[in-house]
Amino acid sequence: MKFRTATEMGLLPCEACGMVCRDEPSIVAPCCPRCDAPLHHRKRDSVRRSWAFLIAAAVLYIPANVLPIMNTSSLLYNQQNTILGGIRVLWLEGSWDLALIVFVASICVPILKIISLCVLLFSTHRQSAWARRGRARLYRLLEFVGQWSMLDIFVVALLVSLVDFHTVAEVRAGPGAVAFGAVVVLTMLASMSFDPRLIWDEPRTLTSRK
Amino acid sequence: MHASKFIVCEHCDVVYERADLVRKQTAFCVRCGAELYRGPTVRLQTMLALIVTSLFVFIIANAYPLVAMDMNGVENRSTLLGSVFAAWNTGVGAIAMLAALTVFVFPLAQILLLAYLLGSLLVLHREPMGFVDIMHALRQMRPWSMVEVFLIGALVAVVKIAGMADVHAEPGLYALGVLTFLLAVINAFDLRLLWDARDRLAE
Repeated sequence: MKFRTATEMGLLPCEACGMVCRDEPSIVAPCCPRCDAPLHHRKRDSVRRSWAFLIAAAVLYIPANVLPIMNTSSLLYNQQNTILGGIRVLWLEGSWDLALIVFVASICVPILKIISLCVLLFSTHRQSAWARRGRARLYRLLEFVGQWSMLDIFVVALLVSLVDFHTVAEVRAGPGAVAFGAVVVLTMLASMSFDPRLIWDEPRTLTSRK
Repeated sequence: MHASKFIVCEHCDVVYERADLVRKQTAFCVRCGAELYRGPTVRLQTMLALIVTSLFVFIIANAYPLVAMDMNGVENRSTLLGSVFAAWNTGVGAIAMLAALTVFVFPLAQILLLAYLLGSLLVLHREPMGFVDIMHALRQMRPWSMVEVFLIGALVAVVKIAGMADVHAEPGLYALGVLTFLLAVINAFDLRLLWDARDRLAE
């Protein structure tokens, strides 16, 4: 089956409202007649922006896991928990199901997101034709799971407000939480900046694009 | 050129000619497998009713505490905004801001703006002021609205302190559960239907 792309047909779909416009080469910076959003064949500087967000996220991923996200203190003990430490406590207390949810949301999802985005960015840079459908599916999955990594941030915020009995028992948020929040936001921005249409572009469509 | 004749896959740029779908049918891109558009789902009137409902549920979820914790006779109740302020006070302002935006500001703005747009289009039969800007704002807020993640977070928090003290769920948590469901429906709503509704009104 032969597919015709909007770029080949001289059409410009609006990313904001879905209106399909005709590409007039004489107009330098076309805008959507319906919603006024600027029209582009591909998201601008998609790969470069995506790399920038992704590298920042990967760097912050280290303090996010090494620094404590939570500091629990009571009369008897003072305990600092990293993300992994918090999961261990949940597991040991017998709530293996929640430990699993938190493990997937705060450890697996960020790592897989960073690795998958690297794969997507490298393969589009090389204009590879390898597993295009699979890569397209991977990207859609990334967009879907991205926000679930925020789980631990919300847990910390709630614990801080609940466990506040001054000297008797107190939970305070640690610096790791800030780094982790930044990782989640940055990986979301990285996957939003990536243009999945680049996966399908043949070398000639890239050069003919304006 | 009329918008409704062609549909372009947002994920791989392939152009299709739009075919009419019946209820519960969905069109997928043949090349990349992404969803293109759906057949008629909920009517706009139903959507408006859902949004008004979710506004009330939102108020309940925020007015009542989510969780209460009892420790040696001292009770602490935590509301949604209360946990945001607590995070702010312990010096992690960035976290507090992030939580405030994703579970309070964006969901509330989504509900209010959609109520305004739908109310104006369906009840007053008039194009709402600032329609285009509001539509852009709604599209951009969508991925940052995270009430469902917060709900699971609240459950995890309850289990975490269950061993330490007596905790129980309060009305706000149940309201938050209902709100999560309503917002899932609202977030699945195709905003292009609103563009179409406005275009029909203008004709």
